[in-house]
Amino acid sequence: MYDVVIIGAGVSGCAVARELSRYRLNICVVEKEEDVCCGTSKANSAIVHAGFDAPAGSLMAKLNVQGNEMMEALSGELDFPFQRNGSLVICLQEDEMPGLKTLYDRGIENGVKDLRIIDREELRELEPGISDDAVAALYAPTGGIVCPFAMNFAFAENAAANGVEFRFDTEVTGFCKREGYWNIKTSQGELESRYVVNAAGVYADRMHNMVSARKLHITPRRGEYCLLDHSASSLVTHTIFQLPGKFGKGVLVTPTVHGNILIGPTAEDIEDREGTNTTRAGIEELMERSGAVVKGIPFQQVITSFAGLRAHEDGHEFCIGEAEDAPGFIDCAGIESPGLTAAPAIGKMVADIIYEREQPQVNPEFTGKRRGILDPNTLSEQEHAALIKQHPAYGSIVCRCEMITEGEILDAVNRPLGAKSLDGVKRRTRAGMGRCQGGFCAPKVMELLARERNLEFLQITKSGKDSQMTAGRNKDREAF
Amino acid sequence: METRELTCIGCPLGCLLKVETDQGQVHKVTGNTCKRGETYARKEVVNPTRIVTSSVLVEGGNQRVVSVKTREDIPKEKIFEVIEALRGVKVQAPVHIGDVVVSNAADTGVDVVATRNVLN
Amino acid sequence: MLNFDIVIVGGGPAGLAAAIAAKENGAASILVLERDQELGGILNQCIHNGFGLHTFQEELTGPEYAARYIERLQKAGISYKLNTMVMDISAKKVVTAMNRTEGILQIHARAVILAMGCRERSRGALNIPGFRPAGVYSAGTAQRLVNMEGYLPGRRVVILGSGDIGLIMARRMTLEGAKVQVVAELLPYSGGLKRNIVQCLDDFGIPLKLSHTVVEIHGRKRVEGVTIAQVDENRKPVPGTETYYDCDTLLLSCGLIPENELSKELGVEINPLTSGPKVNESFQTSVPGVFACGNVLHVHDLVDFVSREAEAAGKHAALYVKNQTEHDNSADIPIAAEQGVRYTVPNTVNLKRMDEEHTLRFRVGDVYKNCYVAVYLDEKRIYHRKKQILAPGEMEEIVLKKEELAAVPDLTKITVKLEEA
Repeated sequence: MYDVVIIGAGVSGCAVARELSRYRLNICVVEKEEDVCCGTSKANSAIVHAGFDAPAGSLMAKLNVQGNEMMEALSGELDFPFQRNGSLVICLQEDEMPGLKTLYDRGIENGVKDLRIIDREELRELEPGISDDAVAALYAPTGGIVCPFAMNFAFAENAAANGVEFRFDTEVTGFCKREGYWNIKTSQGELESRYVVNAAGVYADRMHNMVSARKLHITPRRGEYCLLDHSASSLVTHTIFQLPGKFGKGVLVTPTVHGNILIGPTAEDIEDREGTNTTRAGIEELMERSGAVVKGIPFQQVITSFAGLRAHEDGHEFCIGEAEDAPGFIDCAGIESPGLTAAPAIGKMVADIIYEREQPQVNPEFTGKRRGILDPNTLSEQEHAALIKQHPAYGSIVCRCEMITEGEILDAVNRPLGAKSLDGVKRRTRAGMGRCQGGFCAPKVMELLARERNLEFLQITKSGKDSQMTAGRNKDREAF
Repeated sequence: METRELTCIGCPLGCLLKVETDQGQVHKVTGNTCKRGETYARKEVVNPTRIVTSSVLVEGGNQRVVSVKTREDIPKEKIFEVIEALRGVKVQAPVHIGDVVVSNAADTGVDVVATRNVLN
Repeated sequence: MLNFDIVIVGGGPAGLAAAIAAKENGAASILVLERDQELGGILNQCIHNGFGLHTFQEELTGPEYAARYIERLQKAGISYKLNTMVMDISAKKVVTAMNRTEGILQIHARAVILAMGCRERSRGALNIPGFRPAGVYSAGTAQRLVNMEGYLPGRRVVILGSGDIGLIMARRMTLEGAKVQVVAELLPYSGGLKRNIVQCLDDFGIPLKLSHTVVEIHGRKRVEGVTIAQVDENRKPVPGTETYYDCDTLLLSCGLIPENELSKELGVEINPLTSGPKVNESFQTSVPGVFACGNVLHVHDLVDFVSREAEAAGKHAALYVKNQTEHDNSADIPIAAEQGVRYTVPNTVNLKRMDEEHTLRFRVGDVYKNCYVAVYLDEKRIYHRKKQILAPGEMEEIVLKKEELAAVPDLTKITVKLEEA
């Protein structure tokens, strides 16, 4: 019997798990995919929003601003990349200035600090690459960027280190309410738990609707993105939004914490909850719209495009709290933008609900510190040399585009909740995420995975079951 | 009288060659722009040959497999038979360029030899 | 700090030939830095035959061609380090490299030769819409898996792009037991050699569809199929021409890109048309004492030409070290590529440094039939040769003679262009 079962190992679920691991509770995170960070958390804008977007007085607004304020300390404690690069909302038409003012007022009401409207000249000084049409901008110095994978892994690994159990490839298929606990049916057998936290992303309505008569409805809203090579990194330094206006809602252009430029997202409501395919129309739309705000975007330097699904709830609000007609079933649903920013606050809010109810004892062994995968690029040359002497694998480059060493890959595979697939290695270390997209390093990473995980080369997958990288040996029987 | 069509491989022009044959004898080649086209067509129709390259497994070496080739051209229709003759073949390291891996592969009279060195 | 006359970045065909030529031309100490575990570069995975017809007058496989150069390098006593990654090259020609046994190395060089080769254009750069499942490989990655690891990436294969690596892999995968269903090519012509189209596709009945591209990749976890459509003259898919192919693998052979990240950080000026450094007749880049050759300079189709070019670069690097020639580019004569000629290598020539003869290499931008290649020295046409066919996939050569250039007083410009018959 668990005290808490959390459904979903995305950033919300893992943030909740980490917060709850402060207490003496028996916690399990169940995830239908093979790894942490496989849904919405892996494909989004990687933005720490300042908080002027969400409707005043909404839970979204409150948790956005709280999450933003928590981010800096948390990124230090849990060792994930975060940068407060500031964000700019660009106004391209004189007659749209009232819209900018509305956004400013909302930000002030939401409690966003240091917010101000800047004129064309100051804007040009901050961002010389902005369109000549720009008339003014809303400047939010508290806006930031984060590595969404690293943040998700940080929560998960820290939770695991503090005793939280993780079950992967485990899909929840049903619930039975029992006396004082829930019986949870999964693809890997049944679990029992006194509390259920529903952090199932685009599936959160399905989970909720299995236990509650007060129905939730979530629409997968697809957002497509393009990622540009490091060579384009000087394009912009702030996160650039376009003021929603007569040309529709603009797309953002932002640096990433790793020195790429990210452009996106589109917004398209779809039926398929696994519909993370990109489309020709979507990518063309991105190119057109981003070009209206930022000059001379080098689209020939696109290294990949991808799509993510936002869990859009009909009321466009975070649905966090116990389902009224299902005691012990706590929703953490409708977590779309600014969900990544809000994740630390969401984790705290959900944990507080259970704390209030249970008054659990403090986990005396809890440690809030977690060390990320060591990036030798952050070391001085002497330190790096010393590290190689101690661990020669840090002297061997596997991914030449992102300069990732074998040492980092071994760490990614062997640490708690370690990588099991190529994508798992990629999200933890960036190996294969660069301009050649794994063309050179994939066979080497496959070799390392096979060796460290004691697997046959043929068993290595891109992203878990049914995604084998190879189909057989040369000239094997099946072929003839 | 038979007519076969071929693409000349002599240059990027890739002339479409028409070859008229009678009882295995080339009668006439048309469509070629230069002499090379005719030479190629005559050979390709009467006696098409290829070098076959592949790889076989190595045991005890610093590489999993070693690349191999037929030492000389073999008849084109024997390509798959030569590949079949390599199936399941394992050699012991060390292997050196030119080492015979399979002799007289598929009765072509041609040996398959290693094309790289594999050390222990 | 280690000291060498010449440090060569890359131990593939270009690096090997450059090293040997530099030694033969008097460079005393040469160091080749190779990131892989053996010398020879990409040749090691090119196990098909067809290499060396120009150099050795016989048909070798890639590993055999590499082995001949490796042997010569070793006989010449040239030093090299394997598994060693160059991290940085400073303007003062201090090369920072790293490996697991020696840690971080600082090597001062009097001259540096860039020979890092190229990489393949990835699915991301091609912007092919759809899911991102396992089973989408660049042709070179598949080549490595099949030829060096002994594994088949998949069993039912569609290939996008008819570059030579894609064609070669169509045959390799067929021989190893896969079914290659179709090769689609965006352009109305193939960039691959005719010989490869015949011997890698026609021999096995694999259709080549020109003016076609992949418009969608299906399958969430592993490729389940691709949709191919015809494209119009603007390379846009034509609605209604879509065909679905049931397959588990998509191989991409859609072009090669010189790997110039180190060069760019060093401040080497890049020619946007080749994505490689701009060089003079000595294969010297815009940074004095830094030379470039092989696929890092411009993508070649024959390794024999890489070897020729690299030998010239190696020789000039050795002369640079010997004479410490001042980098005087005041008398450099620019070479312009016009009217159908996409680029030339080199970009300039200097009569003082030029050999008696210099091989100028160029590519055209489209397929041209029955036209003339012309070279002008200012207004004077000195070369006019009829070509039955010129194609972007074939690198062309013209030999420039110093004597002829010197005969034109105050020569300001050399122009290479195509002219109508």
